[in-house]
Amino acid sequence: MRTPDVAIVGVGATPYYFRGQSYPQTLIELAGKAILTACEDAGIDVTEIDGFAYYSEAGGGYGQKLDTATFMETLGIPEVTFSATLTSGGGGSAGSIGLARAALVAGDATYVVTVMALQQLKQRLGAVFGAMPLDPQNSFLMPSGLIGPGHLMSILARRHMHLYGTRREAFAEIAISTRENALNRPKAQKRTPLTLEDYFASPLIAEPLCKLDFCLETDGAVAVITTTMDRARDLRQPPVKVVAAAHGGRREWGRAFANFSMLDPDFASSGNAPIAAQLYRKAGVGPEDIDVALLYDHFTPMVLMQLEDYGFCKRGEGGPFVESGAIRYKGGSIPLNTHGGQLSEAYVIGMTHVLEGVEQIRETAINQVPGAELALVTGGPATLPVSGLILGRA
Amino acid sequence: MTAQATTLPTDTIRITTDAWTEPYWEGAKDERLVAPRCAACGTFRFPPSAFCPECRSQDTEWVSLSGRASVFSFSVVRGHPGHPDLLLVPAVFEFADAPGVHIVSNIIDAAPEDVTIGMPVEVVFVDIADGWKLPVFRPA
Repeated sequence: MRTPDVAIVGVGATPYYFRGQSYPQTLIELAGKAILTACEDAGIDVTEIDGFAYYSEAGGGYGQKLDTATFMETLGIPEVTFSATLTSGGGGSAGSIGLARAALVAGDATYVVTVMALQQLKQRLGAVFGAMPLDPQNSFLMPSGLIGPGHLMSILARRHMHLYGTRREAFAEIAISTRENALNRPKAQKRTPLTLEDYFASPLIAEPLCKLDFCLETDGAVAVITTTMDRARDLRQPPVKVVAAAHGGRREWGRAFANFSMLDPDFASSGNAPIAAQLYRKAGVGPEDIDVALLYDHFTPMVLMQLEDYGFCKRGEGGPFVESGAIRYKGGSIPLNTHGGQLSEAYVIGMTHVLEGVEQIRETAINQVPGAELALVTGGPATLPVSGLILGRA
Repeated sequence: MTAQATTLPTDTIRITTDAWTEPYWEGAKDERLVAPRCAACGTFRFPPSAFCPECRSQDTEWVSLSGRASVFSFSVVRGHPGHPDLLLVPAVFEFADAPGVHIVSNIIDAAPEDVTIGMPVEVVFVDIADGWKLPVFRPA
C-alpha cells in the first residue's frame, strides 16, 4: 500500500512582541491564539484537532511547558488520539512536521497541530544555560562561563574561521541580507536597514560574534496544522505538501556544543549533513532544486555552516559563497530567509521558518520567490535531533 | 599591561558529580589532570560516561595526563551577569596524550589578543566552591 501524502493546511501566528512585552497574556493564551488562527486559515473547527506533535520536549520556549490536556481544557478539544514530542530543543522544529506526518500516516490522528509559544518574563533565552540546574554533565561546561547559546556557538564560528579563512564579513552579510528581507514586513521586529559599518560597530558579545550575529528575543506563538492529502484537498487553502521530513543526526555531532566533543570536520559544521542526505534522498531532489532556503538562524555562523551541510556550497566555502551575494532575495542563487528570519523578524524557535515555507509554496509570501516549487526548512543546529523539511506544491 | 583573562569568581563556581565523573574531580583535587580510557580497547572518552562507546566495556582506567594541551578553539567574553568587568577566554582544549579528548575550560593569565588556535597551554588548578578544584589553562 502506498504511503499517503501529507500536507500543511493551516498556519497561524500571534503578533511578535519584544521579550516580556506579551504580558499580561499567558503562554497558553498565546499558543491558543495561534492554534485558533491556524484553524481559521485551514477552514476547520478547533474541535476537529485530535493530534499534537511538538518538539523541544513540548517546552514553551525554555523553562515553560506546553501541555495537551491544558489545550483541550481551554480550547474545548473533545478527544485526542496522538500527543507526542521530539526530544531535545529547537533542533527539532522542522522535524516536528515529520512527527505529525508519522501520526497521520499511521492513521492515529486526522488533524495534527504543531505549536510553539515563547514568553520570556522570567528567564531570558540568552542566558538559559547558566540558569540550568547543575548536573554532573554540565559541570564540565558551566564553570567556563559559557552561559548562553551565543557563547557556545562563537567557539564553533572561530574554528570555522581558522580552518577555512572565513571572515566576519561573511557573518555580516547574513545579518545584512536577512535584515533587508524584514524591511517591508509589518510584523518584523527589526525594520531599519543594516550596513557593514553598523555591523562592525555592534558590540562584541562573545568574540568573534557581535550582537548583530545573535537572533532576537521574542514573545509570540506559531501553530501549524497538518493532515492527509485527501482531507487537505477539501479545505480552504491550497495544500502544501510535506515532500520530505527528517530528524536525527550522527554521533559525531551528538550533544554538539553541550560538550564540544566533536572533531573536525564536524566541529565547525551545523550537524545537518545527515539530515540533508536523508531529505534529498527521500525527496529525490538535490540542493539545486531548492527554490528558497529557510535555515534556522539563531546565530549567523550557523547559517553559513548549514549552507555547507545542505550542499549549497562545498564545506569550507560558505564564507566566499555568502559574500558573493548568493543568498540575497534579490539576485541571489538561493534566496535565504525571505521572511527576515530569527535575526530580524522574530524568534519563535524555528516555527516562523515553517510559516514562511508554507507562504512561499502558496505564493502568498511578502517576499515571494517567483514560481517557488520547493522550500527547504531547517531546525536549529544544536544537540540532536536536528531536523529538516522540504515543502512543495500538492 | 593589557587586561588578562581570568575565571568566573572562583567561590561561585560549583560542580556536581556522579559515579562516573567523580574520578575526574577527585584527580583535580590532587592537582592531577586525569581522563578515562577504556581498559578493554584503550579508547579515551570525554566527558566520562558509563560505557566505552567503541566496545561497550565498562572497565575504565583513569590516566594521568601531562597537563600540556593546545587550544582547539575559544571565545572571548567580556562581562558576565553581575560582573560587568570580567574578562573570560572560555576554550576547548585538545591533548596529545589523550587523542579525541576535548575539555572545556578557561585560559587565564593571557591577553585575549595573544590567544590563538593551536597555542600550547598547561594546566593549573584553582580552588572552587565546596573544596573542589577546577583545571584551567595558561600559556605554556
